Amino acid sequence: MSLLNTLPDYVITTKTDEIINWMRKSSIWYMLFGLACCAIELMHTGGPRADIDRFGASPRASARQSDLMIVAGTLTLKMALRTRLLYDQMPDPKYVIAMGSCASCGGLFQLAYSVCDGVDKILPVDVYVPGCPPRPEALTEGLLKLQDKIMTERWLTKAPTNGNTAHA
Amino acid sequence: MEPLAIYNRVNEKFGDRILEVVEKLPDPFVVIDPGALVEICQYLKSDPESAFDCLSNESGVDYKDRIEVVYHLFSYKHRHQAVLKVKLPREGASVATLENVWKSANWMEREIYDLLGVTFEGHSDLRRILMPEDWVGHPLRKDFVEPLEYHGISTVRESPIIRLK
Amino acid sequence: MSTTLRTEEMTLNMGPQHPSTHGVLRFIVRADGEVMREAIPDVGYLHRSIEKIAEKVGYHGFMPYTDRVDYVCAMFTNQGWGMASEKLGKVEVPKRGEYCRVIAAEFNRLASHLLSVGTMAMDIGAMTPFTHAIREREMINDLIEELCGARLTFNYMRIGGVAFDLPPGWREKALAYLDHLEPILSEYDMLISFNKIYVERLANVGIISAQEAIDYNLVGPNLRACGVKWDIRKDIPYSVYPDFDFDVPIGTGEWGKLGDSMDRYMVRIHEMVQSVKILRQALKQIPSGPVLAKVPRNFKPPAGECQIRVESARGDMGWYAVSDGTAYPWRVHVRTGSFAAMGIIQKLSRGLMIADLVTLIASLDVIAPEIDR
Repeated sequence: MSLLNTLPDYVITTKTDEIINWMRKSSIWYMLFGLACCAIELMHTGGPRADIDRFGASPRASARQSDLMIVAGTLTLKMALRTRLLYDQMPDPKYVIAMGSCASCGGLFQLAYSVCDGVDKILPVDVYVPGCPPRPEALTEGLLKLQDKIMTERWLTKAPTNGNTAHA
Repeated sequence: MEPLAIYNRVNEKFGDRILEVVEKLPDPFVVIDPGALVEICQYLKSDPESAFDCLSNESGVDYKDRIEVVYHLFSYKHRHQAVLKVKLPREGASVATLENVWKSANWMEREIYDLLGVTFEGHSDLRRILMPEDWVGHPLRKDFVEPLEYHGISTVRESPIIRLK
Repeated sequence: MSTTLRTEEMTLNMGPQHPSTHGVLRFIVRADGEVMREAIPDVGYLHRSIEKIAEKVGYHGFMPYTDRVDYVCAMFTNQGWGMASEKLGKVEVPKRGEYCRVIAAEFNRLASHLLSVGTMAMDIGAMTPFTHAIREREMINDLIEELCGARLTFNYMRIGGVAFDLPPGWREKALAYLDHLEPILSEYDMLISFNKIYVERLANVGIISAQEAIDYNLVGPNLRACGVKWDIRKDIPYSVYPDFDFDVPIGTGEWGKLGDSMDRYMVRIHEMVQSVKILRQALKQIPSGPVLAKVPRNFKPPAGECQIRVESARGDMGWYAVSDGTAYPWRVHVRTGSFAAMGIIQKLSRGLMIADLVTLIASLDVIAPEIDR
């Protein structure tokens, strides 16, 4: 956020997009969508040591109250239909982080008959976090990358690609 | 009691229904006639000398020419175990259910039905448990072919290196 | 004057995604207001076909997949597969390897029970014990990370022993951690176990009698809470457990009836104390020597089959392996404690309230990958 201080004591000047994006990126509420092993690391990331709450991200149980869906774990074909339903229930603008190698590409279960190889077959993904399971620090970095992505969005002027967040 | 002693007792009582007693280590087992399964299991449960009050494991194995259902019984009272086997043909594999003898057989038989296609006669609720309800085929069979897509989601993922070429 | 309110039965869906942390389980709840008529479980949302993959990757290659069968206590699944392959191939594990296995396994039992207790408290509504449990669990994760490099899915054991020896200085750190943990376990008791709200939420909920538990094939702390003194480590001993002196806690029924949720919770707390005892003895008595037996890379056990039972944190896990003489197993079947526990939920849920269903699932300590594999 660029500050052009002309009256440094009590006025800051910035651009509208920057301040709106700064407020939005500092309070991303994620939905608890832990499916498998990565869910335990998701819980540890929200836990006391690698605290994700200091970035403003707090866990929500319901899809209707969240704006980030961290797909943590293997997506099976039986669960894939329900995942699409939950994604459609989230209000716009929404983001998806594919956490772990199972959610990114099927991971070590590509040999399986009942696993959907990667969540990007059914949802548009913003950030992929590799690892099996990724450390809490890795997931925190994924969240920070998503915050960087949010900072590039434009709200007042209609840009041709609005940061890929206007999901249909 | 040693497993072989248990099998000898069952052999004495149900001689003609026991097909063979295999003493192969490490786990000797006995193959029985599918028709006599419920009777033998009820005898093993109620007889005070064997007192098998727990069905510890029930699994199905697909050999290329037959399907076998393996029962591991265990007794908390006497602390001994026994292994029973039933051999079934691959087409139309069907055997009586043990749900009325041990309640733990309920879910285990549903799993064997789902993954191997063995029908259990008399089961109260025989439907798919692990795969989706509209899945076609029995995945753990050796001749199972994976479908290319399910509800519009393709089950193949090409390697990114191929796409970069 | 009697007013009978005409009520209708609702069919609700406690869907695969819900804030309880036991994984993707779905319950179709038929309820009359708050009281349930029945809760029908629907599983299979995490069926990753691990048993079929075993036939494709071979004996050595299957070890990382066994972690994913139960990722909260992955050392036990590793040990189970290692023991099954060793029984088939007649491989003997060196003594130090067995001690390393026991040490890793008991640390994992502590971690699993801490998580189970913490998430049970969170499901009841108390958010703070969860953070306390995660704090302790992070320290165990640090220790195990020094040992084998991973925090959650370890792949630490191999067929014939373990992959890495104890690093220098690890024993002292582990003993220091055990000294730190013991007073915290009694802190748990002061925080939640004797809390009036906790006791009222847990006592007399989901009472299982010993006969029923055996009939439904419940194992582990669920079975011991009904009063049955059965522990594979004592009754069918394997590995080096006969060298240690420890108790097997069983339910006493002092807070409600025998076999209710409070008993299952207290058995887990006492088991943690016993695990600390085993760990102290193991760290003191560990001999020197190799940790891994010589097993050929192309491991081909002779044709046959075997069954192994391992006392994991969730009960006794039965591994049934069939070999046909080649380097790939013919069939692997895992029978886990959580699969049996799901079978009994439909029967126990009749007449409970919906909030009690959450307590029941948490106290039975089910976890989704064990059910679905």
